[in-house]
Amino acid sequence: MSYKIIVLVKQVPDTKNITVDAMKPDGTVNRSALPTIFNPEDLNALEEALKIKDKYGAKITALTMGPPNASEVLRKSLFYGVDDVILLSDRKFAAADTLATSYALSLAIKKIGEFDLIIGGTQAIDGDTAQVGPQTAEKLHINQITFVDKIQKLSDREIVANRTTDYGYETVKAKLPILLTITAEANTPRPFSVKKTLTYKNAISLIEKHDYDEEYLQSNNPNKPFIITTWNHEDIGAEIEQCGLNGSPTQVKQIENIVLEVGESKEIDNSEDGFKLLISELFSEHIIG
Amino acid sequence: MNSNEVWTYIEIQNGKIADVSLELLGKAQDLAKKLSVKCGAILLGTNPQNHYKNIFEHGADIIYSAEHFALENYTSLPFTKVVCDIIEEYQPQIVLYGATVNGRDLAPRIASKLKVGLTADCTELQIGDYEKKKKGEVKKYENILYQIRPAFGGNIIATIVSPNHRPQMATVRPGVMKINKTDKTNSGKVVNIQANISEELILSEIIKTIQIEKSVNLNSASIIVAGGVGVGSKDNFEKLHELAKTLGGVVGASRAAVDAGYINSDHQIGQTGITVQPKLYIAVGISGQIQHIAGMSNSNRIIAINTDKDAPIFQIANYRIVGDLNKVVPQLIETFKKLKK
Repeated sequence: MSYKIIVLVKQVPDTKNITVDAMKPDGTVNRSALPTIFNPEDLNALEEALKIKDKYGAKITALTMGPPNASEVLRKSLFYGVDDVILLSDRKFAAADTLATSYALSLAIKKIGEFDLIIGGTQAIDGDTAQVGPQTAEKLHINQITFVDKIQKLSDREIVANRTTDYGYETVKAKLPILLTITAEANTPRPFSVKKTLTYKNAISLIEKHDYDEEYLQSNNPNKPFIITTWNHEDIGAEIEQCGLNGSPTQVKQIENIVLEVGESKEIDNSEDGFKLLISELFSEHIIG
Repeated sequence: MNSNEVWTYIEIQNGKIADVSLELLGKAQDLAKKLSVKCGAILLGTNPQNHYKNIFEHGADIIYSAEHFALENYTSLPFTKVVCDIIEEYQPQIVLYGATVNGRDLAPRIASKLKVGLTADCTELQIGDYEKKKKGEVKKYENILYQIRPAFGGNIIATIVSPNHRPQMATVRPGVMKINKTDKTNSGKVVNIQANISEELILSEIIKTIQIEKSVNLNSASIIVAGGVGVGSKDNFEKLHELAKTLGGVVGASRAAVDAGYINSDHQIGQTGITVQPKLYIAVGISGQIQHIAGMSNSNRIIAINTDKDAPIFQIANYRIVGDLNKVVPQLIETFKKLKK
């Protein structure tokens, strides 16, 4: 049988490679100076979906929420081999915490329609919360398996998967439909398909800046770019009070630069005498012994 | 019933209470004292009574206990249902969860169902006031939970609040809070909860559980000798193992050292890894990336050994040794052995 899969993807700032330039003099992060990337574990999620497609056949839809330029992760998803992409974008969604994000995503998923599997990365590297997956599953009233590092078996009604635990792993059998979150250990994502990259390299969302003329985009010209389906809050029937900042119970009270503090600090002379002093002090204070 | 209590979700791992739950009980007890309310614990399982004594001794005044065959192993839906039912019935003001794999599976589902805020991986929790300006008006909130966590890959510290929603919920990683001293005389009340789990919620079955022994137990170690990429090679890491062995400690590592293949990821300390607070932390060839510091800065004493005198690690070190580890480490071993006699 063929599966209907929705993959949740996110464009994130590359927090693992923060350079000095990305920090403002007051110690806060200058987001605009950071390059954006495809959230790493979302690539693992996408790879799992593509593996299912290779083995059993599937229609994969990649869904993201973000600003207009988040189309970039959808273009890349098309290069990897997904069948359809949806951009959820609206100023009303801005500054959403994980609850408001899962609200919008769950409505978009309902609009997409039937599905067997929703697959996302375990966590995004900008927030590291791992909350959006489970929160979305709850809003859809479906089951979940989080921290999946291996899908062992899939049949039309059931999945068997290994999930990492704090002391090893466990094998879970569950019924479909279900939401899975995938860890970085699950697989090594494949490279882009050259053919798909050529087909979709000009794919755009109409809310992105572009130079095409409207008439051409509406025409039947076979060379016109692929149009990325783009939905705003009205398209998914979202209530404004539950979107973005309005719909976010959590608020940032304050952001601080990390201040490195130390009580007493001394330089130990790099000599026999220096080490003797150090070790004696640690002995006398019962730090070692 | 609005109990207004401060609660800890008690996680059972392999029939035992997870350490992180005991760590959180201590914190919950402190927060409850500040708020002059009771400290509660939620316990789900098949033999909950086995754990009552331990939970009371770690500071709980009241245990909300639910027993049901479907709660033998953790699965998302039955646990979400029962915890939500208890929260809705007794309305605590704060609920804390360990940021374990299962805690991170459960807490967001509960937050989503109850439509309340949840802050992941807090490193500190405090009670304080909050003022919010909106449309020219200032709204004041008293005694709310400050949920403090590293953000943006560990590069900044954010204080998060959820002033308008109850309960306020947070997860905390294992090892971040300290277990309070037990009080053998403490006891309290048990509230038996009728777990209401319908058939449609039993959709997952755990068919196999595999335990993999970690090659090191960093959380319980009182002395840690940790190496960074500056150690330079797997062979050089042997010297760290020797120093750790001499001092009666264990070996830790920075993410960079793990990525370089010097040692396996069980040893990784930091934001992505394990959080430790040993009596003595010896950082060897670790430059002091914020991601690493987030996992060890609460150590009682820190010795840093580095060839670069400007390495950021020296900013948090109690003892700074500028020098080559290949000379310094063997000398430390020798000095220790001499003075020990």
